[in-house]
Amino acid sequence: MDLGISATEFTSQVNDGIISVEEFVAKTLDRIKKVDGKIHAFITVDSQNALDKARVIDKKIKSKEKIGICFGMPISIKDNICTAGLKTTCASKMLENFVAPYDATVISKLKSEDAIIIGKVNLDEFAMGSTTEFSHFGPTRNPWNTEYVPGGSSGGSGASVAAFECLAALGSDTGGSVRSPASFCSVVGLKPTYGLISRYGLVSYANSIEQVGPMAKTVEDVAFLLNILSGHDAHDNTTAKDMRIDYVKDLKSGISGKKIGIISQMTGDGVDKDVERATNGAISKLQDLGAQCVPVSIDAVEHSVAAYYTIAAAEASSNLSRYDNLRYGFDFGIEGYEFKAFISKARSNFGPEVIRRMLLGAFVLSAGYYGKYYLKAQKVRTMIKAQLDEAFKNVDYLISPTMPILPFKIGEKIDDPLKLYLTDINTVTANLSGIPAISIPFAMSSSGLPIGIQLFANSFKEKELLQAAHALQETAKLPGIAI
Amino acid sequence: MTKIGLEIHCQLTKLASKLFCSCKAEYRNAEPNSNICPVCAGLPGSLPMLNKKAVEKAAMISLALGCTIPEKIGFFRKNYFYPDLPKNFQITQYNAYGPTSIGSDGKIEIEGKTIRIRRIQLEEDPGRLVYEGTSEKTMITLVDYNRAGTPLVEIVTEPDFETPKQVRMFLNVLADLVENIGVSDPYLEGAMRVDGNISEGDGNRVEIKNVGSFRDIEKALHFEITRQQSLVERGIQVLAETRHWDEARRITVSSRSKEEEQDYRYLPEADIPIVQIGNNSIEQIKTQMPESIVARRERYIKKYGMPAQVADVLSSDKFYSDLFDKSHNEKNAKEVSNIITTDLMGVADTREKKIELKITPNHLSDLADAIVANKLTRNSGKLALHEMIQSGKPFADVVSSLDLGHVSDAGSIEKVIDEVFQEEEKAVMEAKQNPDTINYLVGKVMRKTKGKADPATTLDILRKKLAV
Ligand SMILES: [Zn+2]
Repeated sequence: MDLGISATEFTSQVNDGIISVEEFVAKTLDRIKKVDGKIHAFITVDSQNALDKARVIDKKIKSKEKIGICFGMPISIKDNICTAGLKTTCASKMLENFVAPYDATVISKLKSEDAIIIGKVNLDEFAMGSTTEFSHFGPTRNPWNTEYVPGGSSGGSGASVAAFECLAALGSDTGGSVRSPASFCSVVGLKPTYGLISRYGLVSYANSIEQVGPMAKTVEDVAFLLNILSGHDAHDNTTAKDMRIDYVKDLKSGISGKKIGIISQMTGDGVDKDVERATNGAISKLQDLGAQCVPVSIDAVEHSVAAYYTIAAAEASSNLSRYDNLRYGFDFGIEGYEFKAFISKARSNFGPEVIRRMLLGAFVLSAGYYGKYYLKAQKVRTMIKAQLDEAFKNVDYLISPTMPILPFKIGEKIDDPLKLYLTDINTVTANLSGIPAISIPFAMSSSGLPIGIQLFANSFKEKELLQAAHALQETAKLPGIAI
Repeated sequence: MTKIGLEIHCQLTKLASKLFCSCKAEYRNAEPNSNICPVCAGLPGSLPMLNKKAVEKAAMISLALGCTIPEKIGFFRKNYFYPDLPKNFQITQYNAYGPTSIGSDGKIEIEGKTIRIRRIQLEEDPGRLVYEGTSEKTMITLVDYNRAGTPLVEIVTEPDFETPKQVRMFLNVLADLVENIGVSDPYLEGAMRVDGNISEGDGNRVEIKNVGSFRDIEKALHFEITRQQSLVERGIQVLAETRHWDEARRITVSSRSKEEEQDYRYLPEADIPIVQIGNNSIEQIKTQMPESIVARRERYIKKYGMPAQVADVLSSDKFYSDLFDKSHNEKNAKEVSNIITTDLMGVADTREKKIELKITPNHLSDLADAIVANKLTRNSGKLALHEMIQSGKPFADVVSSLDLGHVSDAGSIEKVIDEVFQEEEKAVMEAKQNPDTINYLVGKVMRKTKGKADPATTLDILRKKLAV
């Protein structure tokens, strides 16, 4: 049995009776047992429940009962998405014992289509980071070379897909957190338009810019998952109405006659030589397929990282205020403390990156600084959106490398937050403007590390974006297995 | 000169659910921490869903207080740590970056004085802290989140009051108003809470918090005015501070000054998109609003010729003005208003007593009709009213069982007069010489007929017989 098949191949093989769900899930659990000691993608593996569910689905198939379109597909879930009855730790000491009493909307949707939640996967604490090193439970390692970071913050999601520990994963993308690990682990990762997928049950970090995003081996898989995950939610005021689109249909339409803008601010200076070569390679492949590629300048991108960290930190400082260990959290008695002393004692258990961002956020929101930092950052956001709207008048897509650099070694940049923040330069633009962006595995560096290419489209143009991504995917020749 | 401003928190108790979730807005009789869900308990991953009805109700209050409603309203987070706040921020509204709260710049007339309303905002109520234990060592704080997320409207006035009495009058009018437009029951425990701020002359402003009831706000303001004036007389500067009303000692006590320096780090609430209000929906809300107290008073005076005082009393009481509007017709309107304001209001003046009344609009209408048609005297009317209040029996039954029917035919009255003339020879003589004493004889007739004789007919016949 091949654990390396794609999610959509899995559903047709189960449907055709070629494989059984139980067998596949059992093999997947074996695989996790075998490789996850090295990779550490998982925080929680829900083995028994996964096997039980698999048996139930097999039985239903045998008796020809109606079953969901996921056919028991094992999926891993970033541990900042609430799953009823299963811990949701956000990779933080503050929530190490938290079990949500409810399912996130995306989880209910997956379950109702008979997906199997095989486990909860690692992330930077509360999704703050781009390497998955800032986890209370220790770092996740890149399946292509375990000395290297898998990207982040959805590093567990990316690594678990790349290492065949699941067929697909959910991540969340606040400033590149789906696309960075997609690029570093050589999987496909989509950051949808803000409002396309419900955030109900996604633990907020920066709620005005983040989205849940599917990660999988192929663009088809991502389109398949988007069909399930997208749509209006009565529990999330910010979801768009009337967005029932079939993303799988016409996926292979190609990109002949389309116009693609190459973002100058995301290519050239500061980009790794291998990454630059891969980007140019992707551009010429797209041209071969009949697309026209032209340079485009989005100069507000130069301020995007500063604006992103200002807004994200501000929202984080407010979103994370609720973690005071009064109502839920970790094992720490509250008796005998005066309220303020208790609060500071409890909250000293956050990790260093979370504390750094909360402090930054509290500062930019404080009286007298709001206008100087927060409002200015919001202006940059408006400017970026305006410039993108202008650009999309002339082009159908925008292109850039997903990450300007190759995966780097664990520990290499952990002590230099500023340097680390700057690696987000190509990803934060999509979050600040709300537009969709996807990372497609395209090449390997001379050192054997993955390189992803990023495509953007205008808001709610996921269907077109996935068509272009599919076309590009078909041109890439990549090694099959990571570990 | 004394300047007083108010901050009033009024729960929208008439709504079915909380401001951002479907838990009940009525939390008062629930077991602690049972009226909660992931949203109002602020669990990780939960998101607020705005209750559109709450926006409408808050808009009604804004309109009733003459406020401007902006085209778009928005919500902000007010960040501070306190155990009664499940998220450690409160979702509220904030106008520092442009008017986005549900109302601003309103005014209301109170006895000829204009009180300006600075702003009205919609926000969530926090949970409640319950303290147990007697000494410092045994003291524990319990938290009940049942109230958390209850829709609350904050009304902030300009410092336009000069006396505690004006404040009291304003609060009475405001309570009547929110009750009248059907958004709140201001008499429920904790449904309407008031904070005040006071300054003397150009002196510093002092905030007064923790006032339990309307009556206490008047007392707290009196105390604070006296305290500030005596400081000024002795040449001591009044400190800008927050003081708490100590109900037991009936004084205001300084709270630690740290509270005022708190920086709430306001942040737009991105989980609730901007709400478009627009002229159309405002017009629609207006059509849903019941008649205002002022309009109602005008109608009573103009249409029915009610004396201003009667119209005042009746229009400001929602229960009785509703009863009036359901009971009266064009002919008996004045009589119905008389019965309500002179008799009924005296009998049932509290909420509980009003609920117990068994009287219906039909009762009142029948009674007033009978009085207008001269079939019943006012005195008999009172007896009938009291019986109907107690038993709820139909008017006709009450009249016959109490034998209250009018005696107006001249023959029967004349018979009674003849009897009285025999019994009261001396009085008859007196009346012949001095017609002013004739009322004594009228009284005798009334007593004999148990008040059923028509006084006018009785007087007519008496005069004829006495030839005066
Ligand atoms: Zn609730």
